[in-house]
Amino acid sequence: MTFSKPFKTALGGLALAALTGAAAFAADAPVPNKGDTAWMLISTALVLMMSVPGLALFYGGLVRTKNMLSIMAQVFTIVALVAILWIAYGYSMAFTNGGGLNDYVGGFSKAFLMGITPDSTAATFSNGVVIPELVYMAFQMTFACITPALIIGAIAERVRFSALIVFVVLWVTLIYFPIAHMVWYWAGPDALATAAKALADAADDAAKAAAQAQLDAVMADAGMVFQWGALDFAGGTVVHINAGIAGMVGALMIGKRTGYGKELMAPHSLTMTMIGAALLWVGWFGFNAGSNLEANGTTALAFVNTFVATAAAALSWLFVEWIAKGKPSLLGLVSGAVAGLVAITPACGYVGPMGAIVLGLLAGAVCFFFCSTVKNTFGYDDSLDVFGVHCVGGILGALATGVLVSKGLGGTGLADYTSSPGTLVEGAYSMSAQVWTQGKAVLLTLVWSGVGSAILYKVVDLVIGLRVPVEQEREGLDIASHGERAYNY
Amino acid sequence: MKIVMAIIKPFKLEEVRDALTSLGVHGLTVTEVKGYGRQKGHTEIYRGAEYAVSFLPKLKIEVAVASELVGKVIDAITTAAKTGQIGDGKIFVFPIEQAVRIRTGERDTDAL
Repeated sequence: MTFSKPFKTALGGLALAALTGAAAFAADAPVPNKGDTAWMLISTALVLMMSVPGLALFYGGLVRTKNMLSIMAQVFTIVALVAILWIAYGYSMAFTNGGGLNDYVGGFSKAFLMGITPDSTAATFSNGVVIPELVYMAFQMTFACITPALIIGAIAERVRFSALIVFVVLWVTLIYFPIAHMVWYWAGPDALATAAKALADAADDAAKAAAQAQLDAVMADAGMVFQWGALDFAGGTVVHINAGIAGMVGALMIGKRTGYGKELMAPHSLTMTMIGAALLWVGWFGFNAGSNLEANGTTALAFVNTFVATAAAALSWLFVEWIAKGKPSLLGLVSGAVAGLVAITPACGYVGPMGAIVLGLLAGAVCFFFCSTVKNTFGYDDSLDVFGVHCVGGILGALATGVLVSKGLGGTGLADYTSSPGTLVEGAYSMSAQVWTQGKAVLLTLVWSGVGSAILYKVVDLVIGLRVPVEQEREGLDIASHGERAYNY
Repeated sequence: MKIVMAIIKPFKLEEVRDALTSLGVHGLTVTEVKGYGRQKGHTEIYRGAEYAVSFLPKLKIEVAVASELVGKVIDAITTAAKTGQIGDGKIFVFPIEQAVRIRTGERDTDAL
């Protein structure tokens, strides 16, 4: 979000025309910039690379040899499945107006991409800048694909494949799409600017009242959490807290792996885990910097923050573990890197690089504490630390965003699209109020996803059975569920 | 005829093989094994999970020799595989009842 965009849409209606694709104004409507479009296409592919192969390798290396393929099959299936669901109704549920339910979820007006053509455009965060809606849809699709794939780390090595597929269909439909809508859906800056301009230009009281009503309607055309003013640049709540708490609930409901705490359950290939983590880091540039939806200075800020927060968190976990456990481990290093990536996700376009480093240092230490001390104290089997890394890192990042966005701490400050229509100016900021808003968004996500996931797990467990029989678990899911083994030497 | 079986540290294999070759021993079978003795194990830590790994990787070598060579073979292995640290391994000697070379049908010492 830059703060110095020229006001390109002087005449009321043009911006709305662009958003709705009305042909009458097409000549003057903003058109996508080729550089922005190219960057967003690349970002979309980068985010896909995070799930396959990145996440699949990261998780796969952490399980035992006999379960390697089950992880890869689960991640790959979820990505393919959610891509189809996204086109069918997910995009529409997340990014259209839901009428009476608009606070919580969108509608079905764009189901099966109805009405979306190569000429359709989607708003960015800058006035007068749009990208092709197909790119926006595909970029958001990759987020929907990776989020349920994150969950499987908590229930790895024991979940029944068919039950997982049914769970994921229900979960994205009832949890992910609504939360994405609540946090990210809004009318766009041009719609706000047009309505605010109309209000400023209104001549008499009647016109003012009408214009005010129109502005209110545009501002209300957004998800509930967005209307609260919660900041989530790239998906700390939508992706990481959401998947993290769903994983935790799953780990508790499915139960511990057979032999947990008694048998050796060491990762079978930290080499693959390191490759996966490195692919995640590279892909995350698309995830975070791509979330600016165009290629500009804020994109570069998000890029740099994604670089340095991750580096800081990797070092932080490394040194804390070195001090606490006596040895600096590779797994600690790459776990810290992922924790840093998670924590910077909501903050990446709002904080300065120094703030990002502080956030990274905190994330490495806090997530280490949760993955070792807290997990061991309570004894839950969150097999691959989905809660300790994604939920905890996500919460830390979400709350810290409210602090580090402060200009006094090197952040960007808040955006105000309406007081000077067409120009992005800095809005009023109160640290305590912003942190509270962030906290509300975190709580809503924890409750919605936590309670919702618990119900869905229970339903799937009753109908299909969440867990494989113990003899299949002993044999390993690769042979028992998929009929193949990862390594034939 | 005797089987000399030795459990040794994996990195000592080449030295042991050289020592046996210089004695005129022409064959050797190597198996990767795990076990523990006085060396005990070590601890591995993966994030929060600490595992006591009590079985350490070793190599088991088996060499069949004529009885009069056994003393020299034991000396050669002992010298080559020794580091002086706990965990250098052990040597066991068993008698062989019969030996056959499958390709030719040669028997006993001719088959070694």
